[in-house]
Amino acid sequence: MSVEDLLRRLEEKGLEPVDRGDVVSVAVEPHALREVAELLVEEGYDHLASVEGIDRPGEDVIEVVYHAESYSEELWGKLAEIRVRVPRGEPRVPSLIDVWPNALFLERETWDLMGVVFEGHPELRRLLMPPDWEGPPPLRKDYKVATEGVFVVVE
Amino acid sequence: MSSSVMKARLLSREGDESVYEVFIGPQHPASGHMRFIVRLQGDVIVGVDPDIGWVHRTMEKLAETKEALKAIPLFERMTIIDSQNVTIGYVRALEKLLGVEPPPRARYLRTLLSEMNRIASHLYGMGLSGIFVNHSTMFMWCFGDREVWIQLAEELTGARLTHAYSIPGGVRRDLPQGFAEKARKAIRYMRRRLEEYRKIFFDNPQVRARYEGVGVLKSHEARRLGVVGPNLRASGVRYDARLLGDYGVYDELDFVVPTAEEGDAMARLLLRGEEIRQSMRIIEQVLERIPEGPILAEKYLRLIPPKLREPALKEGRIKFPGIFANLKIPEGEAVARAEMGHGEIFYHVVSDGSKKPYRVRVVTPSFRNVVLFRYLPPGHRFMDFPAIYGSLDYFPPESDR
Amino acid sequence: MVDVFCPFTGMAFLGRLEESSKKAAKWLVEKTPIRSFRDWAISFSLWPVHFTTSCCGAEFAAVSAPRFDMERYGFLPFNSPRQTNLLLIEGTLTRKMARAAQIVYQQMPSPKYVVAMGACALDGGIFHNSYNIVRPHELFPIEYFIPGCPPRPEAVARAIVMLHEKVKRGGTR
Repeated sequence: MSVEDLLRRLEEKGLEPVDRGDVVSVAVEPHALREVAELLVEEGYDHLASVEGIDRPGEDVIEVVYHAESYSEELWGKLAEIRVRVPRGEPRVPSLIDVWPNALFLERETWDLMGVVFEGHPELRRLLMPPDWEGPPPLRKDYKVATEGVFVVVE
Repeated sequence: MSSSVMKARLLSREGDESVYEVFIGPQHPASGHMRFIVRLQGDVIVGVDPDIGWVHRTMEKLAETKEALKAIPLFERMTIIDSQNVTIGYVRALEKLLGVEPPPRARYLRTLLSEMNRIASHLYGMGLSGIFVNHSTMFMWCFGDREVWIQLAEELTGARLTHAYSIPGGVRRDLPQGFAEKARKAIRYMRRRLEEYRKIFFDNPQVRARYEGVGVLKSHEARRLGVVGPNLRASGVRYDARLLGDYGVYDELDFVVPTAEEGDAMARLLLRGEEIRQSMRIIEQVLERIPEGPILAEKYLRLIPPKLREPALKEGRIKFPGIFANLKIPEGEAVARAEMGHGEIFYHVVSDGSKKPYRVRVVTPSFRNVVLFRYLPPGHRFMDFPAIYGSLDYFPPESDR
Repeated sequence: MVDVFCPFTGMAFLGRLEESSKKAAKWLVEKTPIRSFRDWAISFSLWPVHFTTSCCGAEFAAVSAPRFDMERYGFLPFNSPRQTNLLLIEGTLTRKMARAAQIVYQQMPSPKYVVAMGACALDGGIFHNSYNIVRPHELFPIEYFIPGCPPRPEAVARAIVMLHEKVKRGGTR
């Protein structure tokens, strides 16, 4: 259970992990996501720190980024990051709730705010937004709110 | 325990007709700003659904509309009682992107305020754990003693709760005259008070009857569920984001990260008292060992016009020049973790080279602890529920962001 | 039908006895010595309902705490909305919470007062461009706004004392 073991096993699978100091980052395809997640659990990354969606309308993808964390002393300095790209019009990713049980609320929040559907998640319903929210997912770049300049004009 | 057993315990089940629901709503003396939908069979809890989102102020979206520096007061309002520890993670992520390191004196000052805020946050949690079992003296005493630390922080930073003390490159203000003496007086006062808390609260047989043996969380469950903070350490897992060595001067100081073995509600409460003692040890060491020097990195001190630079450093107050608010964040990504009173906070900042960040992701400790509301109560009686809630120190505005 | 004549003022109350006595009581309560007594009693027992809306709740807790001690002004946070007469909107009001606030406000008995605390309750504060918040003055008739982010406990105490004066003068909404 060390960072070198993790890098070696990821490279054996044909992936290209990048060590960026605080994180070890690897980009995977959606169909291979579950295998890589199970590999991380075996290597000691037994829970998730965060699931987020990054909206990139310029490339017409939504990037879903998972950060897995470990509480053991050899691994706690490095997070393991998995990046998945899904098409923006049809963002579907398999749910990892069987691999990491604490993905329950993290995936539900990403669905609520970014609109990414996690297939197999038993409870995709409103978490932070009001229950009758009809609009588009609020964190998308085309949902605009008023921006601020350096000086805020008061009328 | 296998994931499928854990998953089954986390998910809601359809009950038969003998199961009824109780809504413990946002207007309730013991619910905070959230709602619980508690499913009961007789007096035994079958399931709990934490209904959060009542304080969802959309901070991740608003951080994309403001300049990077203006998001610091925004993120403070997540946990206003602990505002240094909430923002230090964001400031560290910005410092990694900007490529600037704070000078040693600034790192000592950040540690000083972090520990003062940790004490104030634990006192808030202990006060709430008292009022949830109707021990109003504990509530009044803890909130009165919080004022000691809030006044000390006001001397240092100028504001009672919203300090906005750390900025990328250093801190905003230096130690005022006579601060060390006042801090030592506060520490002596707090040590006496902790003894009194033990007599009226922690050794109180009624409080022990309600909190002992309730809401037991085992160590492997805590690891798998990603629980953070004193809730994790009371289950025997020794993990604290201060040990990562990413911010502050914790690797140069001599302190202990306390853990407990039982994992029940009483262990969590006692652990917070123990952490207050360790924080006071850290404050004493910081005040002895703090080095002389500037409080802001050289790269940004140069931005202040030379005529104003000398008085600013002599008085110990940095006033921002306009260009500082217009900093362009270089392209890239950064991750930072910090330890708040409630647990570990995680920041992931993605920048595309402009003045406003492209995406800021923040996962707060209370959001990571929400899963305990699903996991711990089933099987207990209904009146154990306030005891479980009081021991978890859950803060809804932080969880909803 | 019973005719009742008041021997002191000579006014005649026509109608059934209960209705007449109710009208008499209403008239009597609005007469100056009893009305001043009533308003004085209301102002010194303004009980806020336990409804924490947002982060200004930390300063609300500090105002009830030992150092600033609002209970000496009769300000006791109480559990049930049906037995309280002050709604203190602390901080930002999100859409979900506004619905709950309206239900709580409707359950409170008259005379009831609303005080908005914090910059977020004025016009959004630091969250002015958020899509999930509402402005309280569009929902409730607010007596006093307390600026600050968060307002100091002394400012909250001052607002409550000003509300005492307003109740005694009789200019509330």
